[in-house]
Amino acid sequence: MTTATAQPTTKLWSGGKSPFNVSYGKLMMWYFLMSDAFTFGAFLISYGTIRFSQNVWADPNHVFNAFPFMGHANLPLAFVSLMTFILIFSSVTMVLAVHEGHKMNRKGVEKWLVWTILGGLAFLGCQAWEWTHLITGEHEVLVNGAIQSWGTTVTHNPWGPEVLFNGKEVATPGPIAFGGYFFGITGFHGFHVFSGVVINIIMLIQTRMKVFENRGHYEMIEKAGLYWHFVDLVWVFVFLCFYLV
Amino acid sequence: MSQGATAEAGHHDDGTQIKRIWKTFWILSVITIIELGIGLSIYTIHKGDNPNELLVLMFKGLVCILTLAKAFYIVSVFMHLGDEIRNMIMTIIVPLLLFVWFIVAFLWDGNAWKNLKNTDAGSREYKEQPQQKLPAKEKGHKD
Repeated sequence: MTTATAQPTTKLWSGGKSPFNVSYGKLMMWYFLMSDAFTFGAFLISYGTIRFSQNVWADPNHVFNAFPFMGHANLPLAFVSLMTFILIFSSVTMVLAVHEGHKMNRKGVEKWLVWTILGGLAFLGCQAWEWTHLITGEHEVLVNGAIQSWGTTVTHNPWGPEVLFNGKEVATPGPIAFGGYFFGITGFHGFHVFSGVVINIIMLIQTRMKVFENRGHYEMIEKAGLYWHFVDLVWVFVFLCFYLV
Repeated sequence: MSQGATAEAGHHDDGTQIKRIWKTFWILSVITIIELGIGLSIYTIHKGDNPNELLVLMFKGLVCILTLAKAFYIVSVFMHLGDEIRNMIMTIIVPLLLFVWFIVAFLWDGNAWKNLKNTDAGSREYKEQPQQKLPAKEKGHKD
């Protein structure tokens, strides 16, 4: 702000000039997110490699076709689109909070941060329901000539190709890697959402305590916002790799 | 510094900035709805008697392109990377180009691995197991 220009310029990055015209913290947040992108990229590419090496894979339209309170209705993609829209919407509320921060409007920042936190919690709730449904929902599988009931876990995949058994169609075990990759990658993403919610709650408390108002700028909200948008960005790719293709 | 960001925000009128955010929200929503439509089309094609694999592959390619478009809007508008200095944008984007090689190389390798297993390293012809043919046809009536 105006106070910064009064300070000796050598303070900026100690080199006298801020490269790229951004603060140290913001640039480092960008580089952290870039490294995080490589971590997620490595996970997703590893998943792709294993999937390409298999003759069969679990069909997402059969695995993810349930919706809360809808019983056994076949609704492919419905629940995951709800989760996607929740996350997109919470990204919008976050960018609105950043925008209010630019205007030094403390009340506005608080309002939009609360909505963002609620969006994050809603997403986590959806994910908890989805995981529970997959792990506890049992399906008949033909294993070594006998029928067994399997949930979808990291050790069991009941979504293999179907065969005729005693005149009835029964699934066979699918590639075991499916559960590990699904729970591993969506879990790692969910953990990012969770830490994003925690960071946003801390930001909300600091905003209420007028920390940023007294500091003269709301740049911390911008940095938290970068992290939150990144979580949304990763979900776009998780959505593509696990649910759409 | 933050004064740069404030000056940047000062350039835009408050209303236009908010409009831009909501416009991006609608773009993202519409792309997502198109993606869902394509996803459901793939589902319907797979349920049919003779799934057109080439069409499915093209749809999947289209969904990948739409996803990249969504990523562009999130990064450039929501994360304000589009408003930063060009050199900073490059330090973020250029390293990510490594992904092009990663994706091609690793998916290629996965596919090669499958072919090796199916043909005992090229020593025999690959015969599709009969059980794989069964589900697609019969299931169509059930759902």
